[in-house]
Amino acid sequence: MTNQEKAKAYWKENIRYVLILLAIWFLVSYGAGILFKDTLNQVKVGGFKLGFWFAQQGSMYVFVVLIFVYVRLMNKLDKKYGYDE
Amino acid sequence: MMNSMFLVESLGVQNWTYILVGITFTIYIGIAIWSRAGSTKEFYVAGGGVSPLANGMATAADWMSAASFISMAGIISFAGYDGAVYLMGWTGGYVLLALLLAPYLRKFGKFTVPDFIGDRYYSKTARLVGVFCALIVSFTYVAGQMRGVGLVFSRFLEVDINTGVIIGMIIVLFYAVLGGMKGITYTQVAQYCVLIFAFMVPAIFISIQMTGNPIPQLGFGSTLSDGSGTYLLDKLDGLSTDLGFAEYTEGSKSMIDVFAITLALMVGTAGLPHVIVRFFTVKRVKDARKSAGLALLLIVILYTTAPAVSVFARTNLIETVSNKPYAGVPEWFKKWETTGLITFNDKNNDGLIQYVADKDKNELVVDNDIMVLANPEIAQLPDWVIALVAAGALAAALSTAAGLLLVISSSVSHDLIKKMINPKISEKGELIAARLSAVVAVCVAGYFGINPPGFVAATVALAFGLAAASFFPAIILGIFYKKMNKEGAIAGMIVGICTMLFYMLKFKFGWFGGGEKADWWFGISPEGFGTIAMILNFIVSVIIMRFTPEPPQEVQEIVENIRIPSGAGEATDH
Repeated sequence: MTNQEKAKAYWKENIRYVLILLAIWFLVSYGAGILFKDTLNQVKVGGFKLGFWFAQQGSMYVFVVLIFVYVRLMNKLDKKYGYDE
Repeated sequence: MMNSMFLVESLGVQNWTYILVGITFTIYIGIAIWSRAGSTKEFYVAGGGVSPLANGMATAADWMSAASFISMAGIISFAGYDGAVYLMGWTGGYVLLALLLAPYLRKFGKFTVPDFIGDRYYSKTARLVGVFCALIVSFTYVAGQMRGVGLVFSRFLEVDINTGVIIGMIIVLFYAVLGGMKGITYTQVAQYCVLIFAFMVPAIFISIQMTGNPIPQLGFGSTLSDGSGTYLLDKLDGLSTDLGFAEYTEGSKSMIDVFAITLALMVGTAGLPHVIVRFFTVKRVKDARKSAGLALLLIVILYTTAPAVSVFARTNLIETVSNKPYAGVPEWFKKWETTGLITFNDKNNDGLIQYVADKDKNELVVDNDIMVLANPEIAQLPDWVIALVAAGALAAALSTAAGLLLVISSSVSHDLIKKMINPKISEKGELIAARLSAVVAVCVAGYFGINPPGFVAATVALAFGLAAASFFPAIILGIFYKKMNKEGAIAGMIVGICTMLFYMLKFKFGWFGGGEKADWWFGISPEGFGTIAMILNFIVSVIIMRFTPEPPQEVQEIVENIRIPSGAGEATDH
């Protein structure tokens, strides 16, 4: 692979990770916390209605996990393409 | 032994506050002296060698302002479900930062956000638009911080609000001017520890009191500790509807508005210069990603506790005051009444406090801002916990103010003076200019703190809207769309900002004929309109780009280069 092809392939894989993670980001916050809140509120976990819980708790936990998953994926990807330092 | 115990008991809230505030302030000043800046690089980006954890803590303290610490839980406790817009909006932006912005801006390796805009779009006009936005956003923010400082001083140390603001100004001046980004970063690490401890301790106490569960995040979903077996949230829903309010867990804003506000706040967060500049201070691209994750983790500790505090505070408030005789209210009620933040007006002259949703019958008005500050008193926690909250609130306000002042001073000394007015200025001269601009910025901020313009609350929302409508699309397109050119980006930024300004002025300040809620475009409030303005910016940028020349080859090469993480080097001037 030339340098340019390598950079292209790296970028493509990166974009794929970003799109998947952002889809989850959207689903937990805008999906579960807002758009489908009323449906999810039919389900109760402990004292929490589920939609309410996603809006005020769950989405934030998922955000943190998403970033750390991205950190791990990218560290691996950097190694695979020899971009780590 | 008995004597010393007696002493501790009798110290009182005020002495405790003096002691805790005194200790924390001494620490901040000590750190500032130890880590003062010797070069422009240290002044702007702390020398570029900050570890991801230290940077994460500093970013978290920088981000969590007086608004997060003092106001947010209060706002949520009155807004119920709707408060989620702030919780998701002010955390979700970090996902965008970590995935879409921070690594690339770090690789780009400059000092400020207008630096990126100016270089990527090879244009002084673009840089100027960037400087203009950075200044507006930061000034509106910092005024609010100074007011927070004044509020805390006036209530807990019983000094005049103005004296409080001036004390705060002197402290910030001292370590921002002396230490620059380096001093600020290490003081913010200390401030994070103070503020998170101060926020968590009362929350844990109250959670145990009300539900028996020491973890507030679980406590507010648990059953009450009174043995009734009722869930706390069910009880609060019941209390709220009894008094005529909306059910706490349902809220009252329309879905599209909740959606738009959340998005505007998220995107605004990712476009705020004082947040972005944080990621210029770490060593490598991978550190930028990691430190965004750490920052969010540290922020989320407070942000997931806040809605629990809101529920505890709201339930406690209703139970303490609703239909109780005014003559028998606890001491804290009277104290806050003197500050004007609680007002009681016995409309039906029955001597009881009627706290209901119906505006004509309601007799009690409680300001959002006091829910966190008064909460430990309402729950009858020990004096030192109440004093700790004061020290935490000051840490939150001061750390954010310092971060913003740095953005203002570097916009002036670096982007305006060095890059536009006098490129030949020496390193030493630039450092002096940076310090002088910080002094001027502190004075202006202090002026706004003492004479708060009535529009502070409104303009904070404007700051997010502006950042969302201007910086965010320009930076995203700059990284992910190689062919985006200066014509497109500048047109997009200008259209975005102007639309946002127009909408805010029309619906917040009544210009251009004003308008009511019914007139909102698509049913979206001014707070959420940043979302629409941002979309407009994207559309305009892309359309204009189609009809104008491609960016020069070397700019396209820069874009290809920032997409590769290795070889980031240090943040540099050229």
